[in-house]
Amino acid sequence: MQSGIRFGGSRSEDRLLACVLLIAIAVTLTPVLRLFVEGITVGDQLSLGRITDVLSKPSTHSALRHSLFTAGLGTLVSLVIGGGFAFLVALTDLRGKGALVFCLMIPMMIPPQITALSWTQIMGPSSVLLRTLGMAPPLGAPQPLYSAGGIILLLGVQHTSIVFLTLRANLRAIPQDVVEAARISGVRGLRLWWQIVLPLCLPGLMAGIAITFVTALGNFGIPAMLGIPAGYSTLPTLIYQKLAGLGPAVLGEVAVLAMLIGAVAILGIVLQRICQARQVVHLVGAVSRPLEIPLGRLRLPVEVGLWLTVTAILVLPLLGLLATSLVPAYGVPLRPDTVTLASWQEALFRQPMTARAFQNSFLLSIGAAAVLMAICVPLAWLMDRHPTRLARLFDSLVDLPYALPGVVLAIAMILLLIKLPFTEATLYGTIWIIFLAYLARFLAVMFRPIQASLRQLDPAMNEAAQSVGATLFQRVRTIILPLSAPSAAAGAILVFLTAFNELTVSALLWSSGTETLGVVIFNLDDSGETVMASALAMSIVLVVVALMAAVQLSARRLPKGVVPWQT
Amino acid sequence: MADLSLSSVEKHFGGTPALRSITTRITDGEFVALLGPSGCGKSTLLRLLAGFETPTRGAISIGAQEVANAATGQSVPPEARNIGFVFQSYALWPHMTVWRNVSYPLEVRGLSKQARAEQTARALEATGLTGFEARMPSDLSGGQRQRVALARCLVSDPQAVLLDEPLANLDVALRAAMQEVFLDFHARTQATMIYVTHDQAEAMAMADRIAVMDQGQIAQFDTPQALYARPRSRFVAGFVGEGTVLPLDGVRQDKDGLVAQLNGASFAVAADTAQPDHICLRPENIVLAETGDLRCVVQRCTYLGGRYRLTLLGPHGEQLVAESRSAFKTGAQLGVSLRMPWAFKET
Repeated sequence: MQSGIRFGGSRSEDRLLACVLLIAIAVTLTPVLRLFVEGITVGDQLSLGRITDVLSKPSTHSALRHSLFTAGLGTLVSLVIGGGFAFLVALTDLRGKGALVFCLMIPMMIPPQITALSWTQIMGPSSVLLRTLGMAPPLGAPQPLYSAGGIILLLGVQHTSIVFLTLRANLRAIPQDVVEAARISGVRGLRLWWQIVLPLCLPGLMAGIAITFVTALGNFGIPAMLGIPAGYSTLPTLIYQKLAGLGPAVLGEVAVLAMLIGAVAILGIVLQRICQARQVVHLVGAVSRPLEIPLGRLRLPVEVGLWLTVTAILVLPLLGLLATSLVPAYGVPLRPDTVTLASWQEALFRQPMTARAFQNSFLLSIGAAAVLMAICVPLAWLMDRHPTRLARLFDSLVDLPYALPGVVLAIAMILLLIKLPFTEATLYGTIWIIFLAYLARFLAVMFRPIQASLRQLDPAMNEAAQSVGATLFQRVRTIILPLSAPSAAAGAILVFLTAFNELTVSALLWSSGTETLGVVIFNLDDSGETVMASALAMSIVLVVVALMAAVQLSARRLPKGVVPWQT
Repeated sequence: MADLSLSSVEKHFGGTPALRSITTRITDGEFVALLGPSGCGKSTLLRLLAGFETPTRGAISIGAQEVANAATGQSVPPEARNIGFVFQSYALWPHMTVWRNVSYPLEVRGLSKQARAEQTARALEATGLTGFEARMPSDLSGGQRQRVALARCLVSDPQAVLLDEPLANLDVALRAAMQEVFLDFHARTQATMIYVTHDQAEAMAMADRIAVMDQGQIAQFDTPQALYARPRSRFVAGFVGEGTVLPLDGVRQDKDGLVAQLNGASFAVAADTAQPDHICLRPENIVLAETGDLRCVVQRCTYLGGRYRLTLLGPHGEQLVAESRSAFKTGAQLGVSLRMPWAFKET
């Protein structure tokens, strides 16, 4: 086609792409840029003075050390549990794989502060569950989870799903033939795993480890609930404590801390990208059915072992949380005569703060899902059709606000919106700053499923509509929207789920009246209202599991790659 | 090397039968092709022999050893069967060199380093791969990859070699060359070979015997010549050599042999049963003559080079395929007589 003569549709598509892309870039990437500028300026001058100043403080050093230590060992825990599960589920003839996968996904979807809350309910002297069973340690004994070890364990459990998912996806991409060829050559047992399977999935495994480390590094809920009582600070909790204690005056200092953690995270992300790129190259061949290597007599013991692990890391803590939510006051053992729903009633219907938080979180999540859907459907479609240089750059950076630790984005948002340019107005302290932060953070969550499903669409669909004279608007409405609707809906539910549970960003951005559910649970527990916090947490877990089940049940009708835990 | 035998083998996938009651025997050193349309169960049969699947019913033996028995539930895993398998996708291990790909089965069996080196070198030489030892599979062409796969499966001196559409991913010229490689290999080693294909020319060119499969059953298991000349069902007659199958109106025994009636015409047929009810018409059974028994209309005339292929429409709507040295116009009237077609009784 010569440059002067182009289809009218094509030109209007270009214009629309530029327009939508501009909005998306403004939403996602400007906060990160703004943070960077803050770090390297003092007043209006370029200067590294602030950086060297903050980096020389001993509190910075210890927080960085703690962050690396807990995230590193936590990743190791995730690797052991998630890796073991992934190899067994993807390669062998276990029964009930669907149920196992679903149960392993729940820890990822339960907010970290609820994970921490539920685990503290099954350990320590005042655990309602242990007291009911008569197994509680004596009063005054320390809560064993309030320590570096506790943080490591829980970070590991929380992020097991990430290792599991990435590794399982990689294992399923290994052509069945390659493993069968090894078996027919006489390879058996661990040798098959060590010499054939492991080398083939190693880049994928490395990518999974890198992204798990980055996520663990940015986790705020777990070190906040377990570390703050123990006086053990990581970088995210240090930023929170400084900002909560001293207010916007220390913005410059926390901006440097945010850049520090962001820099470590980016190293991890780059490592992950490199590993992923190496992965794609050499896997050729037919991927027909998932592998089912018979375990023989070992099958039953292995199944029992896996389900016991699920019970230990998921069922028991949630039972502890449930037990605590059903007693009249913290420390009372649970007996038939003490069971009460009073705290549920109090938390869900009486407390104005929780009612407000429910409303805030609900509106924020619905709003973010709706706006992101409106941006992402045309964006994904246009980027797929017109992979311009800007579009490709955006494609490689769109994950950044989601992959970067939440505190980094929160600080960046404050810097960007505390004083709106050319006015005296500020968004800091209003609900809009949280809303804009959610848009930035969750754009990738909505964008990727839609992109995956649109890539599987035959381009001829659109061209056929074009050939019969449909305008751009008509095509988007009658062809693209209906075809991408299922994955857009799945993306919307995922955004809703993650936003509904969100704590890290809102913990730094909330103010009285704009609390989110994550913040309220954290505050209730912080002020000793553990029973009410448990009731509220339990109700959120129920909402989360119900929504996940809804996605799971509709997974059959969705294109491949749309539901993140179904690869 | 060993015989392979299957007795009443069935395989169901989630209740739907993929194979129904297969009983057959493949003798030592035979080159057998499994031929059939896609979905007929030929690959399933191969995977059962290899041990990747277990039969729902029946038993399979390799040599004197029973490797799978659905009644007792015992099944020898593929790694213990000593069988060679060549995959359609070659299934080379992408992280190993050509040398390591080929020597790996020996490494697994715990052979000494020297024995490994000797046998690997021999296998590479037999497949014309000497000099490629250090290459990675991704650096090879399709034909070279197929040779590596073949070398890998013969290096451990297997009891039988199973090949699952090994040439499907190669272009036509390379296919002919690789057919030679397989035939040479079979002639030299006298290995029992079972070769799955949907290409009948490939099966005819290479196999000692062909098992034609349809809907999970072996429709006929015969030499290529017998399959062409004496098909025993409408499916085989139609699938092999594009025969036209017509139902007969009746047959009578004459002093010279069987005489069949079709649309008022009478003609002698060849058969090995007294009451055949169908005939299979090949182009060589159809003679174009003004005085022919059947009046036909030319539907299409295609030039094949040196001769023409005529699609004819008979008086009752039946389609015949004939060959002729001269061209005919579409719509031209022709007389056709039938010369000794094969007649069979459809079971």
